[in-house]
Amino acid sequence: MIQWRPVYVICLREFKKFFREKSRLLGTLARPVLWLFVVGNGMGSLIKPQAGFSYLQFIFPGMIGMTILFSSIFSSISIVWDREFGFMKEMLVAPISRMSIVIGKAISGTLISVAQAVIILVLIPFLGIHITLLQFFEVVAVALLVSFCITSLGILIAVRLTSFDGFNIIMNFLVMPMLFLSGAMYPVTAMPPALRHLTLINPLTYGIDAFKHVLLRNGTPPLGPEFPIAVDLLVVAAISIVMLTLAALSFRRKE
Amino acid sequence: MPIITVDNLSKKFKSLTAVDGISFSVNEGEVFGFLGPNGAGKTTTISILCTLLSPTGGAAAIAGFDCAKSPDDVRRSIGLIFQDTTLDAGLTAYENLKFHAYLYNLDHTLTEKRIDEMLTVVELQGRKHDLIKNFSGGMKRRLEIARGLLHYPRVLFLDEPTLGLDPQTRNTIWDFINRLRKQEKITVFMTTHYMEEAENCDRIAIIDAGKIIAIDTPARLKEMVHGDVIHLVTADNPRAAGEIAERFSITAREENGGLVLEAEKGDEFIPRLLHALTVRTLSVSLKKPTLNDVFLKLTGRTIRDDVLVDDKETTREFVRSHRRAQR
Repeated sequence: MIQWRPVYVICLREFKKFFREKSRLLGTLARPVLWLFVVGNGMGSLIKPQAGFSYLQFIFPGMIGMTILFSSIFSSISIVWDREFGFMKEMLVAPISRMSIVIGKAISGTLISVAQAVIILVLIPFLGIHITLLQFFEVVAVALLVSFCITSLGILIAVRLTSFDGFNIIMNFLVMPMLFLSGAMYPVTAMPPALRHLTLINPLTYGIDAFKHVLLRNGTPPLGPEFPIAVDLLVVAAISIVMLTLAALSFRRKE
Repeated sequence: MPIITVDNLSKKFKSLTAVDGISFSVNEGEVFGFLGPNGAGKTTTISILCTLLSPTGGAAAIAGFDCAKSPDDVRRSIGLIFQDTTLDAGLTAYENLKFHAYLYNLDHTLTEKRIDEMLTVVELQGRKHDLIKNFSGGMKRRLEIARGLLHYPRVLFLDEPTLGLDPQTRNTIWDFINRLRKQEKITVFMTTHYMEEAENCDRIAIIDAGKIIAIDTPARLKEMVHGDVIHLVTADNPRAAGEIAERFSITAREENGGLVLEAEKGDEFIPRLLHALTVRTLSVSLKKPTLNDVFLKLTGRTIRDDVLVDDKETTREFVRSHRRAQR
């Protein structure tokens, strides 16, 4: 059902294009820096450090989550680009399964997001957080899972999107709310109940909480992790599988 | 031995019947053309043959494989060149070809040699590592032809291969197709609405409103038009038409402010014609019949007329050119 040579070459193409677009890489790095040091420091002056963690440190896991969110959604939107510029046809008429195309897009989107999340870690020394090598690998592992989840969600959306016009709607009504309702900027437990319910159905909430477990070790709510790590990982994994299955099914039906 | 067989094929989209029970076969090694106005069902037929659409009736087979039942075998046997470019502009020529080789699971040891071979034929070897976004329209087309043939297909499909290219580039593209045809021993199936292009085919099927209305060699099709075509402009066309009908028993059609009539040995007929007319003649011209005249005779319309009349098509053309401009 899945042919691995096509999957490999689809990934290779995405990597090549990613490294050729310097602006995309720059944008990825600039966004969290801006948030951390402008918003983080601004808000940080209002919020007292709690349980040994400052607000700036609190939002860092959220910034990793944000980087993954934007990168994964952007990667999967390449399906719309490919369709618009005709390249999708080249893949659709090849003797490969639709599943191979979806898997290729999912793997490449995931790995590109993980790479960007890892790059963000260079900011750690400026935040007063110390991590061990083990923690580093834990971050990578969580990043893989979260990236895969968001990329699958992005593919599901991209398959159903018929034109670029939908892209702005997705950005404003899905990506931004997902970021704001994720515990990235403010603790979930501190939110009004109506918003908290929305937060609880957002996979990114659990992904960011998992990053908090790894990076803000020994932290306690509100600024530390708020759910058990097992819950975080299970929820993200379950949503990933559902999203990818739905994406594959609707891709097969639509194209 | 036919390599493509199409049997009573039809495709309906809700209320529209795009392909209406067509049957034909294409022999191995042939250049077979599908000629017809936009919206006649050419692209729909190609899409079914390429397994991109499933037919609502009938069957089609390529190299012995049924298009609906064994799509992967069909896909391996065909190369495709679409109306719009399907290259990745952000990759180099080499990378586009390599991508293709992987998708078609081409033998590893063969890939590099084959890529070089195809690039040489289409004279793009020097641009091997250049990004596609710096390529001209003609160069992109040539690269697509190279890519379409990379995996040793048995049939090459060309959907309007020279649409949007200038006449000179169009000729170059045809030189390449003819050269490749000799070298690769391949069957070519193409659609077009350019008459001159259709002349390159061994056999042509003329398609209109989803039906094949004639199928033969270009020469034989042109024999359907009796003799030469004379174009005449007079001070009073209806009156002239009446006189021609009365004197020579020939029906003259009014077209573009003039009269069009067919006559054998037109060069000898013109002096007699002018002598017989009582209306003042403004201009007269003679030409050998073209495929457009055949189409006109069969349908009462010229192929180009439809481009302007059909709104849906004009929109498509517009979108296409708009996209190209963005690129």
